[in-house]
Amino acid sequence: MLSTGLKKSLTLALIMAALAGCSSTSTTDQDSSANDAMTGTAQTTDTSSTDTMEEAPVLDTIFYFGFDQSSLTADARATLTAHAAQLKAAPRSVRLEGHTDERGTREYNMALGERRAKAVRDFLVLQGVDSTLIETVSYGEEYPASMGSNESAYSQNRRVELK
Amino acid sequence: MRAYKVAILLILSVLTGLARAELTIEITQGMDNPTPIAVVPMAWSGPALSEDVSGIVEADLRRSGQFRPIPKTDMLSFPRTEADVFYRDWRVLGSEYLVLSRLSQTPTGGYSLDYQLFDVLSQKKILQRNVTGGPNNLRDLAHAVSDAVYEAVTGIRGAFSTKMIYVEAFGNEKFRLMQSDADGARERLLLESRQPIMSPVWSPDGKQVAYVSFETGRPAIFRQVLATGERQQLTNFKGLNGAPAWSPDGKKLALVLSKDGNPEIYTLDIASGQFTRVTKHFSIDTEPSWMKDGKSLTFTSDRGGKPQIYQVTLASGRIERLTFEGDYNARARVSPDGKTLVMVHRHNGVFHIATQDIASGDLRILTETHLDESPSIAPNGAMLMYATKHQGKGILAAVSLDAGVKFRLPSKEGDVREPSWSPYY
Repeated sequence: MLSTGLKKSLTLALIMAALAGCSSTSTTDQDSSANDAMTGTAQTTDTSSTDTMEEAPVLDTIFYFGFDQSSLTADARATLTAHAAQLKAAPRSVRLEGHTDERGTREYNMALGERRAKAVRDFLVLQGVDSTLIETVSYGEEYPASMGSNESAYSQNRRVELK
Repeated sequence: MRAYKVAILLILSVLTGLARAELTIEITQGMDNPTPIAVVPMAWSGPALSEDVSGIVEADLRRSGQFRPIPKTDMLSFPRTEADVFYRDWRVLGSEYLVLSRLSQTPTGGYSLDYQLFDVLSQKKILQRNVTGGPNNLRDLAHAVSDAVYEAVTGIRGAFSTKMIYVEAFGNEKFRLMQSDADGARERLLLESRQPIMSPVWSPDGKQVAYVSFETGRPAIFRQVLATGERQQLTNFKGLNGAPAWSPDGKKLALVLSKDGNPEIYTLDIASGQFTRVTKHFSIDTEPSWMKDGKSLTFTSDRGGKPQIYQVTLASGRIERLTFEGDYNARARVSPDGKTLVMVHRHNGVFHIATQDIASGDLRILTETHLDESPSIAPNGAMLMYATKHQGKGILAAVSLDAGVKFRLPSKEGDVREPSWSPYY
C-alpha cells in the first residue's frame, strides 16, 4: 500500500527517531519507568540492526474490541507485552490505527477509534515503550476489514492495527 | 389535437431515456391526500430538447409528497395559453391546480420560459411568471417553476433549485466527493481520493464546502471553492481533525481537534486562522452544529456515560444537556426555524433519524430503516436527507420532518453517504 518513496522516508524517520531516542537518554532524567525504557533503548540500539528486527518472533498486529468498548482483552495484553519487549529491544516508529464498526455516527466513531488506538498506546507506554515513537490515527468506520452488516463483520471491524 | 398529443408523448418517452441521473428517485411513502395537479406538457415548437422540462416539474412536485400529478395520458387537452383552458376538463379529472408553460429561444441562444398556475376550483389564474436561462439551464428553469408552484400552493418556499453534496465510496479503494441537484441529477465530481473523505458541509453562502480528507495519511479539514476548485487545508494537528460546521455568518468553523489529548470542540476564525477552544472535558466532545443565532453550538458528548446532545453558549461557556430519551443521541442539526433538533437516535439497538422539539423536549422517530445517519435538513425545513443501507449498499434517503413523505435515491455505483443539503443561494 505504501509507495517506495514513502517507505524510504519512513525508514529514514525510523533511524532518526532511534537516534533521537539515544540522545534523549543521555540528556534527560525522567521518572523511573520511562528511564528503564530509555536505558533499554540505549543499550540495544548500539548493537541492533535490521537483522535483529527480522529475527523477532511474528506477533499478531490486530487487536479486537467489544461493542462500544475500548478496553484491551487479556489476549491483546499478552501480545502487546511481547510487542513492547520487541520495541524496547529494537525501537522503531509504530503507527496504531483505530477502527470501529459501522454502527453509530461517523464522527463519533472517529473519536471511538482514537480512544481504542490510545488504549493500545497507553498500554505500550506503560510497558516502557518510548511514547514519542508511537503515532495514533483513527479511521473510525471508514476502513472496514469486513464489509458486511452483521455481528461477525462488526467484530472484525472493531480493532486497532499496529503498523 | 390528438396527433399533437401523441407526438408529445413520443418525445417525452425518448427524453426520459436520455435524462438518466446517477441517483434515481424511488418514492416509498407519500402523504395520504396529496393535492392533484395537472402539469401540461410544455409548449415548444423548436427542435428536440435535452431535458423534459414539464416532466422535471412533475417529478419535483411528486417527490415533495404534497402533490399528485395527473398522468398526461389522462389529460383531455394540452392547452398552450390561458384562452385554451377549459376548467371543466380539469375538474373532471379531479385536478385542483393546472400548470401551463411555454418555452421560447432567446436571441443569445438561451431559453425563456413563461408559465402560469391556475386554481381549477375557483377558476382563477394565481401565478404568471417568466424565467430565463442559458442553453444548459433547462433543468434550472424547470426547478424554478416547481419552486414557484410549490410556494403558491403550500405557502412554503420551494427547495427544488437547491443542491447537495455527498460522499461516494468504492470499497476501501476510492472515495469521491460529489455534488448534484437536490433530485440527484447533474452529478459533478468535486474531489477523488484513494483515502477516505468525510463530513462534507456547505458554507452558508453556498459557494464553498468544507470536509475532512485523509489524503495526507491523517484526517485534516479542507475547504474548497466550488466555482474554481481552489482548496485550502485548514488544520494539520496530531489526532482528530474533524466535524467541520460553518457558522451562520460564514466567518468561522466549529470543528473537533484532539491535539490536547481527547476530542474537544474548537472554533476557527477563517480569516485570522485563530483557534478558540470551546469545551474542556475528558470525555468525547464532537459533532458541533451552530444554533441559528450563531451564539451557541450543539454537540455530542459521552460525558454522562453515553452519547447525548448538549448545548454550549460560546460567550459564557455554559453547558446544558438537551437529550434525555434513549442511550444514544448524536450528530444533531437544528431546523431552519430553530425550533427542532434532528439527530441520530438509537432505539432498541437500531439507529434511526429522530426529531426533538427544543421547547417541549418531545422526541419523534421519523425513519423505519436501519443504520440511519447523517441527517441534513433542506433550507425550507420541509424535508431532510439522510444516509442509510438498502440491500447491503449505502444509499441516500429522504423523509419529511412530519414523517409523512419518504423517498430513496439509490446509487447505481458506489456506496453513497453523508449527504449535505445546500442552503438557498
